[in-house]
Amino acid sequence: MIATATGPHHLQLTREGQLRHFLTLDGLGRELLTDILDTADSFIEVGERTIKKVPLLRGRTVVNLFFESSTRTRSTFELAAKRLSADVLNLDISTSATSKGESLADTLYNLEAMASDMFVVRHAQSGAPHFIAESVTPKVAIINAGDGRHAHPTQAMLDMLTIRQHKKTFAGLKVAIVGDVLHSRVARSQIRALNELGVAEVRVIAPGTLLPRDVEALGCTVEYDMMRGMKDLDVVIMLRLQKERMEGALLPSEGEFYRLYGLDRAKLALAKPDCIVMHPGPINRGVEIESAVADGPQSVILNQVTNGIAIRMAVMSMAMGGQLAERQQALNDIAKQEVRS
Amino acid sequence: MNGQLDIEPLLDKMEAGLRQLLQERGVSSPALIGIRTGGVWLAAELARRLQLQEPFGELDISFYRDDFSRIGLNPKVKPSSLPFDTADRDVVLIDDVIMSGRTIRAAMNEIFDYGRPASIILATLIDLGARELPVQPDVRGLALRLETSQRIKLRGPDPLRIELEQA
Repeated sequence: MIATATGPHHLQLTREGQLRHFLTLDGLGRELLTDILDTADSFIEVGERTIKKVPLLRGRTVVNLFFESSTRTRSTFELAAKRLSADVLNLDISTSATSKGESLADTLYNLEAMASDMFVVRHAQSGAPHFIAESVTPKVAIINAGDGRHAHPTQAMLDMLTIRQHKKTFAGLKVAIVGDVLHSRVARSQIRALNELGVAEVRVIAPGTLLPRDVEALGCTVEYDMMRGMKDLDVVIMLRLQKERMEGALLPSEGEFYRLYGLDRAKLALAKPDCIVMHPGPINRGVEIESAVADGPQSVILNQVTNGIAIRMAVMSMAMGGQLAERQQALNDIAKQEVRS
Repeated sequence: MNGQLDIEPLLDKMEAGLRQLLQERGVSSPALIGIRTGGVWLAAELARRLQLQEPFGELDISFYRDDFSRIGLNPKVKPSSLPFDTADRDVVLIDDVIMSGRTIRAAMNEIFDYGRPASIILATLIDLGARELPVQPDVRGLALRLETSQRIKLRGPDPLRIELEQA
């Protein structure tokens, strides 16, 4: 008997190293991340067919559990599940059972009893998807669709897919992440993925008030002056200014922020001429980014959306496959023991 | 038996069989589709022999396999690439080895997701029997029964050769 790997990073892998949940990019090596990107490439092709559907998750039930509202992420997860032929249930938890006093665990047990195979979870609390995978419904594949300030791994992977499409390789790339890193779960996942995939430099550009303490420890350099920070960039990733999360006086004003950290044509001209512009959306035009840049020739923002479906199809099918393979393995183990005894 | 099996006469037989069948059916411009990996090499070879101008298609059936719920997703899946619309086309589906017939079942399901073909002809290099589904090749290079200890593998693409291994 092989010792079962433990710890937060191994919770999401089977004994054979296949994905069975997708909670965080921590602990996932370059090979697995590359497999995810390669698999997503194949799903992009599926999205270009007359019939944009494959039968992988036929007969499986996927529940979108959004404890926090989202339009793009929820709809791309829904479309991804449907293109994998799964049955999809969308639950907006904030308006359902929990408001009647049912606990999170009870809600989940009920959904599990409806023979759900996968939960796609978005939650304001960091670690909620991890908690569900570990303690509540471990037989259901859990996909993290964003938890608190912790992680948003599918968003980071769709960004990696977009970068790879345009730059072919990660080696030697200089990538900047600009804006509200403090409140951004996307930025954390992006920094992790970029380092694992081997870019030359990850640079965060932001005012000190919008950076977490010890941000360098995540694996990046820090630049407070955007004019300096734009130099030599191959990729610039703008973050949304999370107005709804802003408490206290972290910023002087939106106008001031735009002048210093908004991406306009003048600042973009300081990067490499083929520098691509990315943004996870929804964009605040004239707050983080000038319209002419968001809609300009260097922008790949809408590619990111298309790639989001493919990445989610890849992660969902890989995690579901891992769960099913593990169940089969367990059955085989039992069968072997019965033969022996 | 260990070693190689001469592939040339088998390719000649496939070519002749295909020519005859296409003529019988009055198909002048078939659309060739090879199943990865061996079938794609064979599709390239047959397209050359049949002097077809149109590029051939490449199919990766990983998303259509019926053992997903047992072993999960093949991590090395590559995009399928069909450079033509299969709707109303006469398709020649090509694979290196046919056994259970499950690969062909998956491949046909995938082809239909690109459009409803007028017809499909199945051409395989080697037929090992042991069928589990009612799927038979229309054209084949060789029918062969292996001992349980034997394995057969098409290597390629250049040169294409068949290796018989004693496991």
